[in-house]
Amino acid sequence: MKSIVIRPNRSLSLDLSEIWNYRELFYIFAWRDIKVRYKQTLLGILWVIFQPITSTFIFTIFFGNLAKIPSGKLPYSLFVLSGLVFWNFFSTSLSHASDSMVANENIIKKVYFPKIILPLSSVVVSFVDFIINMIILIIYATILGYMPNIWSLVVFPIAILVSAVTASGLGLFLASFNVKYRDVRHILPFFIQILLFLTPVIYPLSIVSEQNKLIMALNPMSSVIESVRMVFYNELLTSPRLILISLISSVSIFIGGIWYFKQTERFFADIV
Amino acid sequence: MKPIIEINHLYKKYRIGVNLPYYTLRESLTDLIKKPFNLIHTDTQNRLSREEFWALNDISFTVERGEVLGIIGRNGAGKSTLLKLLSRITPPTRGEIVLRGRVASLLEIGTGFHQELTGRENIFLNGSILGLTQKEIKSKFDEIVDFAEIEKFLDTPVKFYSSGMYMRLAFAVAAHLDSEILLVDEVLAVGDAAFQKKCLGKMENVAKEGRTVLFISHNTLAIRTLCQRTILLDKGEIISNDTTEKTLGVFNKILREIKIDDNTAIRDKTMRRGTGDIRFHEVKIQDIKGNNRTSFTMGENIRFVLSYMIKNRMKGLAVYIALRSNITREIITSVRQVISEDIVNSNTKGTVIVELPNISIRPGEYPLYLQIGSIDPKVQCFDVLDDLTAPLIITCRENTEYADFDSLKPIGYFSIPSKLIIN
Repeated sequence: MKSIVIRPNRSLSLDLSEIWNYRELFYIFAWRDIKVRYKQTLLGILWVIFQPITSTFIFTIFFGNLAKIPSGKLPYSLFVLSGLVFWNFFSTSLSHASDSMVANENIIKKVYFPKIILPLSSVVVSFVDFIINMIILIIYATILGYMPNIWSLVVFPIAILVSAVTASGLGLFLASFNVKYRDVRHILPFFIQILLFLTPVIYPLSIVSEQNKLIMALNPMSSVIESVRMVFYNELLTSPRLILISLISSVSIFIGGIWYFKQTERFFADIV
Repeated sequence: MKPIIEINHLYKKYRIGVNLPYYTLRESLTDLIKKPFNLIHTDTQNRLSREEFWALNDISFTVERGEVLGIIGRNGAGKSTLLKLLSRITPPTRGEIVLRGRVASLLEIGTGFHQELTGRENIFLNGSILGLTQKEIKSKFDEIVDFAEIEKFLDTPVKFYSSGMYMRLAFAVAAHLDSEILLVDEVLAVGDAAFQKKCLGKMENVAKEGRTVLFISHNTLAIRTLCQRTILLDKGEIISNDTTEKTLGVFNKILREIKIDDNTAIRDKTMRRGTGDIRFHEVKIQDIKGNNRTSFTMGENIRFVLSYMIKNRMKGLAVYIALRSNITREIITSVRQVISEDIVNSNTKGTVIVELPNISIRPGEYPLYLQIGSIDPKVQCFDVLDDLTAPLIITCRENTEYADFDSLKPIGYFSIPSKLIIN
């Protein structure tokens, strides 16, 4: 029989086989949150539909019609909706993941499991909302006559993966930070708001200078959103160089997040 | 065969005295600006700074396969810390634990229950959190539902459950864990008496199945029923590791030696609760000759000698003595004596004696609940000692005049006058 040895100094390495052994708990956490979120079925789904539609409407009036922000060949409403769908996936994943440790503190204090599954499963929960938003986007694009082209079969999955990986990485970091510093949850909405304006959601990357583009590419969501719009434009909008920067940045954020999380994980039960 | 649990020189250090259990970013930043040199750590593992203490201090013991081991101790003795380390919730500071089998812990039943989810959904959720696989839960589902007696409410959200139903369901899931090692902490302190009996019965079955159980409790009766061997912890150290009888003897001796004064357990919210307006100064339990005792024979007179110190003036003063059941911890009877109905002045001391003559309580151990405070229901001025003193032990003589019960199995708590009339 396999014996467990509990010692003070455990390595910081990620025990993948252990996480695999706890995969059922991972699903269960995701299932619980989805279930609770959609428990009042009508309101739950309505809210998910309502949110991107109103944001698109308001942004179109203020940024599209009044501020006249260029949106290339796309109508501004479709331009901003396609950005918002991915941005919302990223931001809700991030905020749920950041909150996940504190929200489940009563479980963390009582039972052992690899805690990393908590922030990761919150990303799965936001994915359900994202699917609904995605359907709205495709329907709206089709109505306006901008059918997504064949590239969408490649671009969408990669875009989803990069968003999820980035949100997880940043979420892991903020989740452990949140355990230690409870004021993080007050700062987070503000942080996400700022990040929204640093990401080409309401404006195209093309209005930014070449040098600043490189800096903005460090934010993986810039490339994600620009690439997604490409699917409706039928032309290349971002350079492979920017995409590469974003990919490297995304993976680095993920690894950094895991590293910081592992470092603080062992003492969560003492300080939560 | 190697022991199923091996604990070698285990230490756990905790920090106290920090106001908040967590920090705020703002505070950390201001601290950093004020004292930038704090970043340089000079902390070595053996040195304790002012705010640190050893919750566990060099603990070593082994548990054999199939053994039911009791762990007893006062609040703050380190029992829960030990359980937390064993269940891997928190890491040790030094030392190691070797576990040769799957561990399940019932640190608190109902962990992870979600109010919005139904009973059925919570069985799956809670079962998974406690370490069961979906397959195992499915195969035990009917058994769990049967044990909890909640068939009709299976698809009702648990927020609509009565507290009894909630507890039954929570215990039912936990009771069906079938790991080789089971860690149990005070789970019996919940629910009504009937359900507690059922739980205790279930625990006995678990023990008979040959599984290893670590049973942590205040409940000396349950420890006595379930465990052959018991470890006594005090201030993070093992005081006794012996047969249950011997360890409980040592435990009672420790409890008898506690001198209650103004500050005893003042930080312990479970055992001492008070507003600070009045404090118990000294508590003595004596027989009529004035000897300090905690063990009495039925029919004797018991005297509670209670000294108090009034810090703030208040209206009226009453003392309240209650006996708890050792099994359910509910209060089985109580005595209230009004000392004064007038204003009592601050900074006065007093001593009262409450006598319980010709005691008719049946043999057993009875934790004591003592309260003193104002009789004015509008103000909150009181001090409470809850299970802080040694429990009251009642025994009976052979061939006692109280022959109205079976002295080996006294059912009920009191003797009431009764006689046998044969035609």
